[in-house]
Amino acid sequence: MEILVCVKRVPDTAENEIEVNGSGSDIERDDLVYSVNEWDNYAVEEAIQIRDNVGGSVTVVTVGDDESEEVLRREMAMGADNGILLTDDAFEGSDGKGIATLLKAAVEKGKYDLILTGAQADDGAGQVGGMLAAMLDVPYASLVNKIEVAGDKLKVGREIEGGNQEMNEISMPCVLSIQTGINEPRYVGIRGIRKVASVEIPELGAGDLGVDAGVVGEGAAKVKRVDYFVPELGEGAEMLEGSTEEIIAKLIEHLKAKGGLK
Amino acid sequence: MADIYAYITHRNGVADDSALELIEAAKKIDAGAAVTAIVTGSGSELDQVADAVAATYPKVLKYASDALAYPNAEVVCKLLVNVLPADAILLVAHDTFGMDLSPGLSIKLDSAFVSDVADIEGVDGSTLKVIRQEYSGMVSTHVTCDISAGAVINVRPGCFAPDESKSAGGTVEDKSGDAGDLSTGRTFLEVVEAEVGDVDITKSDVLVSVGRGIEDEENIEIAQELADAMGAVVSCSRPIVDAKWLEKSRQVGTSGQTVKPKVYMACGISGSFQHMGGIKGSPFIVAINKNVKAPIFQVADVGIEADILEFLPELTEAIGEL
Repeated sequence: MEILVCVKRVPDTAENEIEVNGSGSDIERDDLVYSVNEWDNYAVEEAIQIRDNVGGSVTVVTVGDDESEEVLRREMAMGADNGILLTDDAFEGSDGKGIATLLKAAVEKGKYDLILTGAQADDGAGQVGGMLAAMLDVPYASLVNKIEVAGDKLKVGREIEGGNQEMNEISMPCVLSIQTGINEPRYVGIRGIRKVASVEIPELGAGDLGVDAGVVGEGAAKVKRVDYFVPELGEGAEMLEGSTEEIIAKLIEHLKAKGGLK
Repeated sequence: MADIYAYITHRNGVADDSALELIEAAKKIDAGAAVTAIVTGSGSELDQVADAVAATYPKVLKYASDALAYPNAEVVCKLLVNVLPADAILLVAHDTFGMDLSPGLSIKLDSAFVSDVADIEGVDGSTLKVIRQEYSGMVSTHVTCDISAGAVINVRPGCFAPDESKSAGGTVEDKSGDAGDLSTGRTFLEVVEAEVGDVDITKSDVLVSVGRGIEDEENIEIAQELADAMGAVVSCSRPIVDAKWLEKSRQVGTSGQTVKPKVYMACGISGSFQHMGGIKGSPFIVAINKNVKAPIFQVADVGIEADILEFLPELTEAIGEL
C-alpha cells in the first residue's frame, strides 16, 4: 500500500510556555523548542505498521520552510521511506484551505492508496484532512483510532463521545485523520537520525506543483488570524499562598467543607 | 446577510445541548436572524427531535432517510451540499461529528471555514470576527473570516449561553424529498460501546485526577495513595490513557467519561476544554499545577502552584494524620 502522511512542525507545548509577544502579533518564538505535531507522530507510526504488514511505502510530506525539513528527517528516522518538502515564499500565510490545496497538488504527483494526517495540531484547527479529502473527492474519516486493512477497503474506528468507537467501512483511496492513542509511536534514537541525515529530500515550489501562487498564501486566505492575546481570566481560582504546611492546612479546610474528605 | 442555519446533532431522540447554544451564536452574528434548524435521521426519533427543536427555532427542516439513520458525516455532507444555498452560513457544534463533517463540507460549498469558535464579536460588512484559542487554551486569537460566499462555523460546546426560552413555536417542514443522492464511499457499521473498567469513576463523589504533570507511570501510585487517604478514586486526562498508564474507563473528558463529583482534584492537568467538557454540575475544583498560567486555573475554585510530585505526598501525609 502506498501511504502519504502529512506532518507539521509546531512549537512543543510540553517543552514550552506559550506567551504572546509585546505587540500581540505573534507568540514569543525566541527559544521555542519545536517538534513534530504530536498527532502526526501517531499517523506516521500507523502508516509504518500498515506498510510492515501489507507492504508498500510510506512518504511524509510537509508545507514549511527549510527548518521543516528536520521534522521530515525525524519521521524518516522513525521508518518513513521518503520525504517531500513543499516550500515557497508564496505559501506563507496560507489558511487551512491553502495548505490543503498544496497537499492536493502533492498527492496528485504520486499514486497513493491512503493519506493520513494528524487529527489536529495545538496551533491548528483540525481542518486540513477533511478539506484535502473533499478536494480530492475521496472518502474521509476523522479522529480515527483503529485501522484494519480488508482488501481494497479499510475498517476504521473513530473516536466519538463517551469513550465509544464508531466503526466504518471506507473505500480507498481515502483520507483519514489520526487520533492519539491509536498506537505507541516508536522511539527515535540518534542512530536513526544519523542514518537519514544525508538522504536527499526533494523540495517543491509553486511551479513544481503546478499551483497558481494566487490561490494560496496570505492573499487568498479567507480566514486570517489578526492577533494573539492572553484570555481574560474569569473569577479565577483563589490561589493558596504561604508555606507548604499552611497551604495544606487551608486546602484541608476547603476539602472538609466541600465533602472532599470522608 | 445570508441565511443562517444550525445543524442539530441528536442521540436517542434527544437534541444535543448545542441545539440551544447554536441559536445564541447565530444571534451574535446577526441579532435579527431567523435561524433555520436542520435535523437529519430516520423514524420516530427524528420526529421527536424535530418537534422539540421547533420550540427554539422558528423553522426546522427535517430530512428523513434510512441513509441518515446514523449521523455518518460523509452522508450528511452530501445532503447539505444538495440542499443548502451557496451563500449560507451554517453553524455546527465542534464535537466529534462536527469535526468530521465541517472542513470537507466547506470545500464542497466553496465557503469559508472557521473551526472551534469560542466567541463571536460580530460582522462588519462581509467580515465575521471571532475568537479562537490555541495551544490548549494558553493563548487566544482574534480571527477574521470572509463570509461573502458563505461559511461553515464550528462552535465550541459550552461557550454560548443556551436559549431555554422555548418560545419559538416554529414549524417543522419535511424536506426529505429534496435530499438527493446520498451514496458515499464510507459505510457506518456499528458503535462499539466503551469497555467497563474495574472502577466506575462516574459514581465517585471525589476524584483525584492526574494529567501530564504526573510524568511517569510509577508516579500514578502517588495519586493512588492520596485517593486512598481521601476515600476518593483516581481518574485522569487523555495523555495518561494514550500512554496506557491507566485504562480508558478512568479518562475524564468528552472522549472519555462525564463525571459529576462534589470535589475534583485536577493534579498536573492543564485543563483543555475537551477535558473540562467531561465535568458537569459545577464541582468544587482544586487545581494543582506548577505552571501558574495553565488554563485550569481559570475554572478552578482553589489553585495551588506546586509540583504535584512533591505536593501530593505531603498532602497525603497530612490527611493521614487527621
